[in-house]
Amino acid sequence: MSSESLTIIEPKSGWQVIDFQELKEYRDLFYFLVWRDFKVLYAQTILGFSWALIHPFVQIVLFTIIFGKIANISTDGIPYVLFSSVAIIPWTYMSHSMTQSSHSLIQGQQMLGKVYFPRILFPITPVLSRTVDFGISIFIVLCLMVYFKVSPTWNLALFPIFLVYMMAIPCGIGLWLSSLAIRFRDVKQAMPFLIQMLMYTAPIVYTASSIPENYRILYSLNPIVGVIEGFRACLLGIPIPWSYVLPGMMTSVLLLLSGAYYFKRMERIIVDVI
Amino acid sequence: MKDSNIAIKAEHLGKCYRIGLKDDMHDTFGASVWNFLKSPLGNYQKYRSLYNFDDIKPDQEAAPSDVTWALRDISFEIKVGEIVGIIGVNGAGKSTLLKILSRITPPTIGKASLKGKVCSLLEVGTGFHQELTGRENVYMNGTILGMRKKEIDKKFEEIVEFSGVEKFIDTPVKRYSSGMRVRLAFAVAAHLEPEILLIDEVLAVGDARFQKKCLNKMQDVSRQGRTILFVSHNMPSITSLCPRTILLDAGGVLADGPSQDVVKAYLHSEKSSKAIREWPVLEDAPGDDVVRLCAMRVKTEDGQTTESVEARQSFGIEIEYEVLQYKKILLVYFYVMNDEGIEVFRSFQSDLSSQIGPFKPGRYVSTAWIPGNFLGEGFLYVSPTIRTRFPGTPHVRLKEAVVFQVVPNLDCDSATGDYFPLGKRRYGVVRPLLKWESNFTQSKPQTFVAEVEK
Repeated sequence: MSSESLTIIEPKSGWQVIDFQELKEYRDLFYFLVWRDFKVLYAQTILGFSWALIHPFVQIVLFTIIFGKIANISTDGIPYVLFSSVAIIPWTYMSHSMTQSSHSLIQGQQMLGKVYFPRILFPITPVLSRTVDFGISIFIVLCLMVYFKVSPTWNLALFPIFLVYMMAIPCGIGLWLSSLAIRFRDVKQAMPFLIQMLMYTAPIVYTASSIPENYRILYSLNPIVGVIEGFRACLLGIPIPWSYVLPGMMTSVLLLLSGAYYFKRMERIIVDVI
Repeated sequence: MKDSNIAIKAEHLGKCYRIGLKDDMHDTFGASVWNFLKSPLGNYQKYRSLYNFDDIKPDQEAAPSDVTWALRDISFEIKVGEIVGIIGVNGAGKSTLLKILSRITPPTIGKASLKGKVCSLLEVGTGFHQELTGRENVYMNGTILGMRKKEIDKKFEEIVEFSGVEKFIDTPVKRYSSGMRVRLAFAVAAHLEPEILLIDEVLAVGDARFQKKCLNKMQDVSRQGRTILFVSHNMPSITSLCPRTILLDAGGVLADGPSQDVVKAYLHSEKSSKAIREWPVLEDAPGDDVVRLCAMRVKTEDGQTTESVEARQSFGIEIEYEVLQYKKILLVYFYVMNDEGIEVFRSFQSDLSSQIGPFKPGRYVSTAWIPGNFLGEGFLYVSPTIRTRFPGTPHVRLKEAVVFQVVPNLDCDSATGDYFPLGKRRYGVVRPLLKWESNFTQSKPQTFVAEVEK
């Protein structure tokens, strides 16, 4: 730390960009926040990290029975278990990290009022800590792929891109909702509905191709659609449906940027308003 | 900043908050329903405006009624390596000032510049998580306070040794006693090495010996040319730690200068010590339709109201109250707290009298006589309560109604004052003057009695 560093404190100014220099200085704290998050997640449980497997596993079984067997939803020839699990696992990650990120500021208000650090660390912490869960549960998909003898294709090379895309969505939504929640606690009440709506508007239990042609563009603006379709295509080796993926990516970039700006604008007043 | 010697510079800092306004009440059912229906809009505007002060001018005296200024026009400069105390009554703006300087909350107006790495200790153990072990919490807490992981690695052994919880360092903190938790948190804080340290009343926790250890550690810190801003209610620690003190009052700087002078001014100001409180209008007096408190006084044996009592002298605490209803069995008492928030004693009017029958309506003046050579020197706060005995409904309950000071006498015939080695404060809540009997026992016992009292 140089003794030349100078802190100027002034009344809040309007739209500011993210201070990456400052984030870099606080990277150790960020690391420990993420680490604390996943360390604490399954503390004092018997099953520990197995919960990361159990949660999606139960959902996959349920969906396969209800939508695959009883409702008999068409999946373009893919076995329903495989079809749904490829979608449920990224979805579980997104819904969990989105919820946690939206509540992060309210939950951490005690700490916010006592010490300064870049507030943005709070909503982005769950986005990273939840990837541990995601990493564990992706194991289910791998097992199913082996069982159904799905051979990996070159599509897999795109996996990192979809991973980043998948993380951008809860990040953007979390930034927006966590900063809205400090003033309006309605966010907490509305969160379960939002999650449910997002889930049914994404092709998790059904195929995107069952949406009528005229509505496809509108449908594909939902960023979740692109992630699910992308994951499906890249893991199962079907052609990547770019018409779903690209508009969704655009929306998520927009969400992320606008979220970051809005958060930055709210950042300094958090403690006064919360 | 032009002057390279200045660590903290505050220029006209001000901060205002919106306070809650009473919601409109409706007396008709229709109005209530209408209000309920349109409430979302009202709520939206209310919560949105929480942090919108565009309509407020700092110099404007008649601010909107829902705005309150926690700080107004604070300016000061603090040189590198200075240790400055900040004192003031509750609500004077001390914590708000620290929060602004530590960037937790922005000022509404004004500007402050701080040179160097800043660390604020507004609470010990920020970020401690119950489920994490002591070791993990040291890292968590350390990084939250702005340390780098490498720094903590280097100081880890020292921190653990300082805290004295070596044995439990790999145990989850939820299994710690509260004392252990505080010690560990303090140990982390004591090893911070920022250029500017902002400390809120954190030393109020922990046992006395550990506090002292931390104060010493802090003094060490200051010798290394660090700037410290220290908020406290503990006047002895202010005067012993900080050469300079700033006194805040109602959000502004009231005094700024050598600690001895500022502390003295504060202690003798009307706000800090008030040996008499009177409510001449019965309707405004604290209480209800059963009983009202009319006055409270601290007085000497000859009936004079006094704010400072010499340690050897006995004095009275007088409660004047008016009973307004028949057939009430009342319990009249008060408790006395010292500077450190310790309850020194509690006394009931009924302690010695067996009469616990109903009180006749009318005015009563009751005085409790406190013997000399009993209380330790310092400020004492008296809080009266009047309640019905069965059921125990409180009618009057006033926190710190009167304040008085016990001052040591200069002759060596009381148990107050400094003791050898010179300048060490004598511990203890009470200072009874005890008769000592000392026997010299050797093979040939010889007895003599040393009377401390002549």
